[in-house]
Amino acid sequence: MDETASYPPIEPSNFDLIVIGTGLPESILASAASATGKNVLHLDPNPFYGTLYSSLPLNELTSFLRSQSQPLTPENDESTPQLLTLPLYSSIEINSLSLEPIENSRKLNLDLSGPRVLLCSDSMIDLILKTGINQYMEFKSVDASFVGDAEGNLGSVPDSRSAIFKDRSLSLTEKNQLMKLFKLVQGHIGKESGEDDLISEEDLESPFVEFLNKFGLSQKLKSIILYAIVLADHDQDNLENCKDVINTKSGIDHLALYHSSIGRFPNANGPMIYPIYGQGELPQAFCRRAAVKGCIYKNGLDSFNETFETPFGLGLDVRFVVFKKLRCDLGWVLRMPVAALLMDKDGLTYKGVKLVSGQELFSNQLILAPCFMIPSRLTPAAQVANSYDVGRRDAKEKVARGICIAKSSVKPEAANCLVFFPPKSLYPEQKTTVRVLQLSGNVAACPSGMFVTYLSAMCDNAVEGKKLLDAAISALFSLPICGNSENNGIEKLSEHTDSKPILLWSALYIQELTMFQDSFNSISFTPLPDEHLHYNYLLDATEKLYQKIYPNEEFLTQTNLPEEPVDDDSSELD
Amino acid sequence: MHGRPRKAPTQEEQEASSLKAVKLRELQSQLLNFHRNKIYTKEAVDISTKLLESNPEHYTGWNYRKLSVQNLLESALDSDSVQSILDEELRLVENALKQNFKSYGAWHHRKWILSKGHSSTDKELRLLGKFQKLDARNFHAWNYRRFITALKEIPDEKELQYTTDMIYDNFSNYSAWHNRSVLLSHLMEAREGHSGKENVLGEEFEFVRSALFTDPDDQSGWFYHLWLLYQTLKREPLLITSWPSTGSNIQLSVNGYLDGQSLLPVLHFQSKARKYPIILCFNEAVEGVCSSTVTVECEYHAGDDLIWTPLSANKLDFAQAWLTYLNFPDEVNSLKPYSVKITVAHVPGITSLSGAPCSTTHTSFTVCVPLHDLKHAELQTMERISWKEEKFRACATQPQDANLLHSLGNFKITMENKPSASDWSMETIFTEIAHCRELLSATDCKIGKLTLARLLMAHNTLISYSRPNDGAEIHYDEILALYRDLMKMDPKHLCYYEDEYSLALLKQLTSNTESLLKYSYEYQESTSPSMKSSLCLRLNGLSLSRLGSMECLLWVQMLDLSHNKLRSVEGLEALQLLSYLNLSNNKICSFTALEPIRMLKALQVLDVSYNEIGAHSVDSSRYLCSSPMNHAVGNDWNFEEFANGGIKLNDHWDAFLVFKDLNLIQLEIMGNPVVNDQLKAFLFKIMPELKWLDGEKCN
Repeated sequence: MDETASYPPIEPSNFDLIVIGTGLPESILASAASATGKNVLHLDPNPFYGTLYSSLPLNELTSFLRSQSQPLTPENDESTPQLLTLPLYSSIEINSLSLEPIENSRKLNLDLSGPRVLLCSDSMIDLILKTGINQYMEFKSVDASFVGDAEGNLGSVPDSRSAIFKDRSLSLTEKNQLMKLFKLVQGHIGKESGEDDLISEEDLESPFVEFLNKFGLSQKLKSIILYAIVLADHDQDNLENCKDVINTKSGIDHLALYHSSIGRFPNANGPMIYPIYGQGELPQAFCRRAAVKGCIYKNGLDSFNETFETPFGLGLDVRFVVFKKLRCDLGWVLRMPVAALLMDKDGLTYKGVKLVSGQELFSNQLILAPCFMIPSRLTPAAQVANSYDVGRRDAKEKVARGICIAKSSVKPEAANCLVFFPPKSLYPEQKTTVRVLQLSGNVAACPSGMFVTYLSAMCDNAVEGKKLLDAAISALFSLPICGNSENNGIEKLSEHTDSKPILLWSALYIQELTMFQDSFNSISFTPLPDEHLHYNYLLDATEKLYQKIYPNEEFLTQTNLPEEPVDDDSSELD
Repeated sequence: MHGRPRKAPTQEEQEASSLKAVKLRELQSQLLNFHRNKIYTKEAVDISTKLLESNPEHYTGWNYRKLSVQNLLESALDSDSVQSILDEELRLVENALKQNFKSYGAWHHRKWILSKGHSSTDKELRLLGKFQKLDARNFHAWNYRRFITALKEIPDEKELQYTTDMIYDNFSNYSAWHNRSVLLSHLMEAREGHSGKENVLGEEFEFVRSALFTDPDDQSGWFYHLWLLYQTLKREPLLITSWPSTGSNIQLSVNGYLDGQSLLPVLHFQSKARKYPIILCFNEAVEGVCSSTVTVECEYHAGDDLIWTPLSANKLDFAQAWLTYLNFPDEVNSLKPYSVKITVAHVPGITSLSGAPCSTTHTSFTVCVPLHDLKHAELQTMERISWKEEKFRACATQPQDANLLHSLGNFKITMENKPSASDWSMETIFTEIAHCRELLSATDCKIGKLTLARLLMAHNTLISYSRPNDGAEIHYDEILALYRDLMKMDPKHLCYYEDEYSLALLKQLTSNTESLLKYSYEYQESTSPSMKSSLCLRLNGLSLSRLGSMECLLWVQMLDLSHNKLRSVEGLEALQLLSYLNLSNNKICSFTALEPIRMLKALQVLDVSYNEIGAHSVDSSRYLCSSPMNHAVGNDWNFEEFANGGIKLNDHWDAFLVFKDLNLIQLEIMGNPVVNDQLKAFLFKIMPELKWLDGEKCN
């Protein structure tokens, strides 16, 4: 409690909104609310930005994963229900395959919910440009995409006119068909209203795979389009059992998004970019914007800026508190996380939070990162559902995530690249796509000379998830020989895969994928990191949540920050 | 740089622009003053800098600049000051190019400075890199690149790689493809032997094929493909036909037709002047045909003083057909056939437009003058020729004519040592045809269709070189169908497709005797008791818009081209035997379009009625035609001659140009807007031998 005492109490203690957690949705919401004049308190119990969307050094990553896999036992205190941690991750499996420990492991910036990239024309980039936070970030383009198979052969993804022209693995007819499809999509998207539809309404509603069949595309091209461009998760060839059949309309929308992403920024040579220092930079940039917003109204209170600009590495437990206020008092830094919720006497209505320091803070609304849980007895509705799963529907589907570290690239000519293993490509029963993102030192994911590779795949259970990732890992990497009885077989394998990078370290874990939940008694939960490669669905969910909380307020309108003007579209890309 | 819509200037912009104009005018008058007075002070040079930086199009400015640089260089003391003078110029050009990237004057000035030396070509390449990144297709930059790479002696292979990279980046880049063709031409020349060329072209076909299949609607690749096709087909010029044709036996007569004989023009020639023409037809336009390159061995004639005339309306020194005249044998007893042998020598001399030399070819024939011809030396009185249907009898129905006509099929020169089309080019064309068909089966693309038609034509031509008349697979019907399709698909280029259609059709018609026979008719003069007949080739009503394959029709004396769509008669000049020509009901829209007819010395009867002469105020062929306006001909024209009779030559110079050297007996010209009494009077005046004009008999 000595520690607690060293922190001053927060003045005042009433807010429009308290946000706990600095994950991307929480940060966007805090930023959006503060931009419309709300009085916002933003708290985070973790010593880093990003919560579930953070980028962490190796040791911090593993300890965070572990901390989020064991629910705490709640203390019984009827009046102030404790805020508990939800066990989001399971089956955590960390392998150090190298004899020596990973050098410079502090220099790694490992994404907690990778692989994830931005498409240059997606709504996330639009939001980044609109809010001007591009000035806080830098991006690198993802050099190339590949489609892989069980042997680890990586075929290129001809995703543009010049890529089709260059590709040597496509037949002439395939080149023709593929470009024709691309042109049709561009024509369809670019058509003026009133012009005849290039694609019939009926076709648009039908499964995309049928449309591609009609187009006469080869299996190989279909696979490239469906899994490496449209980014389908489930096996589209098996329509009866497919959990998520992509219809032609969304397939075409995604193709169009992909194409408009190519060449949007002169410095990005592909459709996708990745933030330097990791995806954790994104929530951080939104937090910073929220702070600057507050600062603007405060007539440039320098002291606040100083507080806010405090760099990493000060060892603070709570990164910062951000408000948007019309009055003068602005920033505090908390050392203690939130301990409990304050409820009305009826035990149903939210009033405020109690910090570990003992201070009670009140707000009209509370937004919680999805890794928190409220003991179920408070909410009658939740008693029907799972004990801890307040307001959430149980979802069977999970996402298996993996992180690998190696000292050479899976594709020598590409530093930052994506690899897709479509369903059935790794083994016949493979039901979902395994997506792989390899990053190099030039995006500061790791020291130069190292490569960090993220993998993810949808699965129904941990066994299936591990099998998917293991198959992809053994297709891409050669595993160091362990001294066991199967020596012979492994030796052969390593001979065969001489050119493959040697896996030094890996982490596999299963993440829950519970659906976005409604706000409940003025308490809202932000969405969990989803299974997608991009942020689009996450952003949609976040915006919807915002509209639910503040139905009459605008969601992050265009702003120019006077002291840090928004640069040209291209300038933030190196 | 491309595809940017032009916006109307706003009020402010207009004002700014006129303000700028005032400033520029001021600077310009100062500059002109300095220029006149040869003032090259620093102040004066600064004025020119200002002017050129804001208006790089000022050519006088650049010239002044060059003079001032020369002036400064003369007084320059050391290499450092020379360097700084030149650097200043480079800086100026760079600024000017920033103002207008496409300024010819600025680019030229830069070249001029570079040619003085002292400058870093590496720096120029870096600058070019920047420019070409901004606009990868700008041809000024590519031009300059060629200049710099030559200066720096960068190997062609390296530059070729650069074009590959640029094309990989975006293959819609005419300039990059073009530079590639330039570089490859150098490389193929440097690499001796055919296999080098074949390998290069094979790889290039494959390279461009990817582009064609990826985006068949993009034309840049197709243009390159066309260049490759041309390289594949490129060969030395060849003598392909002649008149008299190889192996023929020609009867010469002074005074006309022989009684009781059905005369075929391939076998008979009549001339009062006692000379007969020799026509050599090559597969492409050549120059250098003269008595030293063509040997004529003749028993009664030395043949080394012959003058060969090119039969071409356009290019004065190049022609596909060449003409000379040989005299009749002198001796009385000339029943004896004399043989004439012509050798086109393989010495440097006869070359095509691309500079390729002609290979050695021979043609030989015999001539004789029958005795009785000399006896019946009476003057023929000629009837008016009528082109009415009933005058003609189809030859195809007359087996005896068919027999005679059979010789028509053999008029092509077959050479023992004639180089057959190489297997490689044949194979290449085959492959390209197959790929083109594959592409068209997937994509309905007009330029693909056009290319297929061209490939098929090329294929036919190759076949005709290697195996004449053996009926190998020929594709004329398919070619014609493709052009008909294209006319519907792409009406913007209708005229071009009509022309190509006409050329293909004529090629088909002339490809063998059977088809020629279908269009051959016998013309009968009803009034003549002797039932004298002539052979007439009737190519009427075939929708022809252009003439071709004339090398196969050198024997034609009577030709009906009426009811076509002819806009031009280019090619007719080769038909030196032509006496009767019907061009009525075509689309000839000026006298100048008839220019090739000027060279038909044997022409007696011409029908150009119901054309469009005078219907168009703009005569588009006028400037192509040799005329007093371009000083190509007409220096010898005696304008005074007509000054008296009330007829103004100036009004009818074009009619004068066409008709003055013709010896027409009969002319139909009605149904053309240009016709009036004044013109008719003029025509009578310039053609004293004219007997009938529009059916009216001349007094």
